[in-house]
Amino acid sequence: MGRYNVKKALILGSGALKIGEAGEFDYSGSQALKALKEEGIETVLINPNIATVQTSKGIADHIYFLPVTPYFAEKVIEKERPDSIFLSFGGQTALNCGVELYRKGVLERYGVKVLGTQVQAIIDTEDREKFVGRLDEIGVKTISSQAVENLQDARNAARELGYPVIIRVAYALGGLGSGFCNNEQELDLLCEKAFSFSPQVLVEKSLKGWKEIEYEVVRDSYDNCITVCNMENFDPLGIHTGESIVIAPSQTLSNSEYHKLRELAIRIIRHIGIVGECNVQYALDPYSEDYRVIEVNARLSRSSALASKATGYPLAFVAAKLGLGYGLFDLKNSVTKSTSAFFEPALDYVVCKIPRWDLGKFHGVERVLGSSMKSVGEVMSIGRTFEEAIQKGLRMIGQGMHGFVENKELVIEDIEKSLSEPTDIRIFVVSSALRSGYSVEMIHNLTKIDKWFLYKLQNIIDTSMQLHCISELEQMPESLMKKAKRQGFSDFQIARAIGFDEDLERGALKVRALRKLHGILPVVSRIDTLAAEYPAQTNYLYLTYSGIESDVEYKDDHNSVVVLGSGAYRIGSSVEFDWCGVQALNTIRKEGFRSVMINYNPETVSTDYDICDRLYFDELSFERVMDILEFENPYGVILSAGGQIPNNLAMRLDGQNVHILGTSAVSIDNAEDRDKFSAMLDRIGVDQPEWSALTSMKDIYDFIGKVGFPVLVRPSYVLSGAAMNVCSNYGELESFLKLAANVSKKHPVVVSRFIENAKEVEFDAVARNGEIMAYAISEHIEYAGVHSGDATIQFPPQKLYMETVRRIKHISRKIAGELSISGPFNIQFLARDNDIKVIECNLRASRSFPFVSKILKLNLMELATRIMLGIDVEKPSKTLFDLDYVGIKASQFSFNRLQNADPVLGVDMVSTGEVGCIGDDTQSALLKSMLSVGYDIPGKNILLSTGNARQKAEMLPAARQLRDKGYTLYATGGTSRYLTENGVDNVLVFWPSENGHPQALDMLHNREVDMVVNIPKNLTAGELDNGYIIRRAAVDLNIPLITNARLASAFIGAFCTLAADDLEIKSWAEYGNDID
Amino acid sequence: MNEATLILEDGSRFYGYSFGAEHCTNGEVVFNTAMTGYTESLTDPSYAGQMIVLTYPLAGNYGVPGSSFWESGRIYAKALIVSDYSESYSHWNAEESLGDWLKRENVPAITGIDTRALAKRLRERGVMCGKIEIEGTDNTQLSVEYGSVNYVAEVSCKEVIHYNAGGLKKVLLVDCGVKQNIIRCLLKRGVEVIRVPWNYDFNNMEYDGLLLSNGPGNPDNCPRTVEHIRCAMRGDKPIFGICMGNQLLAKAGGASVYKLKYGHRSHNQPVRHLGSDRCFITSQNHGYAVDDNTLGQDWEPLFVNMNDGSNEGIRHKGKPWFSVQFHPEAAAGPTDTEFLFDEFLKML
Repeated sequence: MGRYNVKKALILGSGALKIGEAGEFDYSGSQALKALKEEGIETVLINPNIATVQTSKGIADHIYFLPVTPYFAEKVIEKERPDSIFLSFGGQTALNCGVELYRKGVLERYGVKVLGTQVQAIIDTEDREKFVGRLDEIGVKTISSQAVENLQDARNAARELGYPVIIRVAYALGGLGSGFCNNEQELDLLCEKAFSFSPQVLVEKSLKGWKEIEYEVVRDSYDNCITVCNMENFDPLGIHTGESIVIAPSQTLSNSEYHKLRELAIRIIRHIGIVGECNVQYALDPYSEDYRVIEVNARLSRSSALASKATGYPLAFVAAKLGLGYGLFDLKNSVTKSTSAFFEPALDYVVCKIPRWDLGKFHGVERVLGSSMKSVGEVMSIGRTFEEAIQKGLRMIGQGMHGFVENKELVIEDIEKSLSEPTDIRIFVVSSALRSGYSVEMIHNLTKIDKWFLYKLQNIIDTSMQLHCISELEQMPESLMKKAKRQGFSDFQIARAIGFDEDLERGALKVRALRKLHGILPVVSRIDTLAAEYPAQTNYLYLTYSGIESDVEYKDDHNSVVVLGSGAYRIGSSVEFDWCGVQALNTIRKEGFRSVMINYNPETVSTDYDICDRLYFDELSFERVMDILEFENPYGVILSAGGQIPNNLAMRLDGQNVHILGTSAVSIDNAEDRDKFSAMLDRIGVDQPEWSALTSMKDIYDFIGKVGFPVLVRPSYVLSGAAMNVCSNYGELESFLKLAANVSKKHPVVVSRFIENAKEVEFDAVARNGEIMAYAISEHIEYAGVHSGDATIQFPPQKLYMETVRRIKHISRKIAGELSISGPFNIQFLARDNDIKVIECNLRASRSFPFVSKILKLNLMELATRIMLGIDVEKPSKTLFDLDYVGIKASQFSFNRLQNADPVLGVDMVSTGEVGCIGDDTQSALLKSMLSVGYDIPGKNILLSTGNARQKAEMLPAARQLRDKGYTLYATGGTSRYLTENGVDNVLVFWPSENGHPQALDMLHNREVDMVVNIPKNLTAGELDNGYIIRRAAVDLNIPLITNARLASAFIGAFCTLAADDLEIKSWAEYGNDID
Repeated sequence: MNEATLILEDGSRFYGYSFGAEHCTNGEVVFNTAMTGYTESLTDPSYAGQMIVLTYPLAGNYGVPGSSFWESGRIYAKALIVSDYSESYSHWNAEESLGDWLKRENVPAITGIDTRALAKRLRERGVMCGKIEIEGTDNTQLSVEYGSVNYVAEVSCKEVIHYNAGGLKKVLLVDCGVKQNIIRCLLKRGVEVIRVPWNYDFNNMEYDGLLLSNGPGNPDNCPRTVEHIRCAMRGDKPIFGICMGNQLLAKAGGASVYKLKYGHRSHNQPVRHLGSDRCFITSQNHGYAVDDNTLGQDWEPLFVNMNDGSNEGIRHKGKPWFSVQFHPEAAAGPTDTEFLFDEFLKML
């Protein structure tokens, strides 16, 4: 209850994962809910992100899978009548929603008290002018900027401040819509975009090249303050902090600078009146102690999640308690359990955060990094030298790199240009530059990266050179081996450096054997918040080579079970695997084993050290996993909860006789290896789309001659751009292959027949020794051709023939039996009429496991874990046919952050997150989920260009519905003609390439359109055609856009049938026959 | 770099490489968990006779600035022990590398030590003396008994020094090994400072307030200072003690001090102001503490350590006399309690 006698509190979540707002808010929300539960407070959570841990059973008392918007929040408040609300645990989304609720008087009307930082303090930090004013009052310097509300004022402000300037959008997250402008032309362009997101835009003097430093500050209502952590950006000001490598604690600040900024942070938080946690960002002059405050985030943020993980200080948990009126002195340090929570962690290691980008997935995207965030995930690495931490981290980001050196050589045309115009590969450009003889001085001048970091990187290069001089492993001096390991070199890097050309994996094993012979082994260290000053029983661990003894004593009782996590969030693998990992850990504990997690993603709940019995915050590389297994000597290892990264280790771990729980490594290999899997399907008589791996253009033409267009083409080596594509004719095929790479023996191309107008069906299931114990069948709304991670999925399926379902079950049974699956798996099917084909099969949990588990209210991951542990389970009696409600999973796209990327959907996944909403019927669930991923029910005007003839026909009923509902339809040439022919009134508009008025583009810019439906004619994307210009403009101007005919029809159908008011406000438990 | 070995009193050995002066040395081995501030710590006279172990592994990153940034005119610590010394440094005010400075000041240093393991050893077995041996040098050294050496006498000024003569008020500073930042904190508040040696009888001098400074070693080695304080306590002039000053004031008031198992040396020590909800993060460096149970009737604890409950300050119930175990002048460390100087000066 806390000191304020809170009985029922509402927490707002952050919704779908998007660039700038990702898994960190599942972590902070989960911690806050845990803190409230401990106090016996009844909790209500609004969060449509169904894949999160916080929306799992037992975390909050009432969970609403509804959009985090003022409208729905009010409805929930009206129904649940909480006495209090927390706004700071759901990122910018929750904060904005909370400010709106306050402004509209909703909170007052229902007597809801805001806990923690008050709304006025939030407004003071978010409104730039107020913010600057508040800091002026206490003599704290801010960056000179001017808040403007129109383009002319922006121009004047920029002239006054002097170029270069930064444009920032008020009330936005992750630097959305912001950027640098060197001149008025660039300013005009950016401002238009910026004003589409917010009525207020800030024009700010640019301090490019200054150091960027952050402090995480905590304050209680008794005015006691601490700074939990400070962090220094490797990349100086000019690159958004979410795009920067970040080091904790700061490395290049003297004591005086460190404490000057610390004192300012405390002065600021006191003056603004934060209660809970807050983040202060500074620019620090590299040549004096001059500074500017960049911004203050009056809420938990990505940085605070990182700071929590970097220090072991549970910021969100403590912030929640402070919101209830506790003082910091009331709370204990949850790591030592004996010392006070009022303290500042002392680190005895260095932490490195590295962003993970997936820009390669987007056609045409701008790769230069700037003041707006584009990364989709991050890793945190821990070491006792900077070299160790950074090399670990560069392996962790999982883009095929082995560290700072010994990577596949990148082709960098102009090193100088690449150094001064940072992209997602900047760190590897620095590596190349150092190796090609650029001095630290020269690189510093081009990048403004502090020389200290560059000296450290130079150390890695120097050691690499020494390794390259060794030609035989046996000649390697022990001291060099030790030094290399202390600098974070992997066995693989060492093997490559000394020239094991043939088989590097075998070479790495030889390096491993030799260093073990010499006793060169890592030690296991605790993160104990106090640098060993007080004894701590924490289970939060990492491995390092800078140590002589481990902190942990191992029992060797063979009773632990190790779960491999999912690593950095990336497109295709994110919070859903964190959920799977956490379910596995919970089950392992419940069954009496010791649960052990290996993962390195600071945005996750699975890396919260009290979620398991031991957390190794370390690499998921073969080498490190083996190191840990040798320490742990566990009962077994679970690979199937963490997505693809653990599965890829299966065969190699098996080769070292690791006890893999569940499906065998050989079966995993048989499903993952295309040839083996295909042969197996043929053997058991299961159909699949024809495919072939081809090594010459002639073979490709021959194959297409047999199966016909369209085909799905997957090159094995891609220079840039998407990894696969659908080609409908020879022209597309040739241009795609030229873009991708040359076809050769070494780089075969997999070509498969692409089946049009087929439904795609997901089969998520759990089996035991080949027998299916539970399953969920779900159906995509879009036809095949849209990646399953981007598709809108309905569960239970609403429009599948019974025969189709029967056949799918039959085939799945065959496959499960043949691979003797034990544990979770997923099969994807194509269904046209009742013709069923298997596309792929994953012997692990899939992205949709949390979604189907929560809709079905049957925890498939728990069941799977019990089976893998060898515990006797009964077949659950519940099936999808019992459900009297519908779940819809919709995808969240972040195109607005990815400048120039074409916002179309294809066979490669591009969404960054998802939601899952429940409704009494399909339309209610669909409308809720679409509203959750940022769509609105459009006001009045719809712009239609509906693709080819078939798609036009498909869209016709939806167009009629729109007309009947009173919408004004604007349509481009062909679409307009088609609609008119079919008796649907519409206004003809013109493409950018056409003469005539009105111009579609002008209408967008004048905000005369409330929604754009733009269906590309074919699935080959990329060229700067008319459609691209319209689609991109819609995204840049923040106008809802749909590019798929099936989804557009479904959405239009939903909002033409239901109004927001018709959507039922029911908690998760109220669906089905649970008792709430 | 030459190989160097740290040998603790209990016989345990830690192997690393020398990056400072190349000679054998010994002293009390103490660990500090601060993440910045090696320049300030090394020049802090309170570290006289001690070898400093930094638990934060990276050291030397920002080099060493000129002496105006130091806490005294030279390095007082006997040695520096780190995990990962950074030979290359980068900072606008750096004049030389940490290693070059240590060499110039003739102070040995070791890198490559598992300072976490070392800190754990000291935590479990208590602080102890140790010896650094460097490959290829004469490694014979007499052993020392840290507690019995009067380090205060070694580090205190030898004669009276006046600062800012004619300032608004006169603060008499008893120098038991005063850190420069205490003087800076006074001077920037416009007062005159008269700095006297630790054993100087100041009772005939004219002053408005008495400040008892920090200092190294065992406060039991300074009976004369305690006598002088007792003499001053016959009057009513304000007294403010810092660190060793806290212990000396307590002793003058009749209390006793004891040696902590491994001391408080860090920037993150939480203290609570007794009788209120106010808490502060403080910078500390002490191996001895005041025993609360021995405080006389007229005295009461002023601050308490929130981690281990030890005494962090005392005050007289009736007279304007108070002292703190932590360092309100910081340098290195957090500046949260600098307001105590204002409180002291308000009393004058």
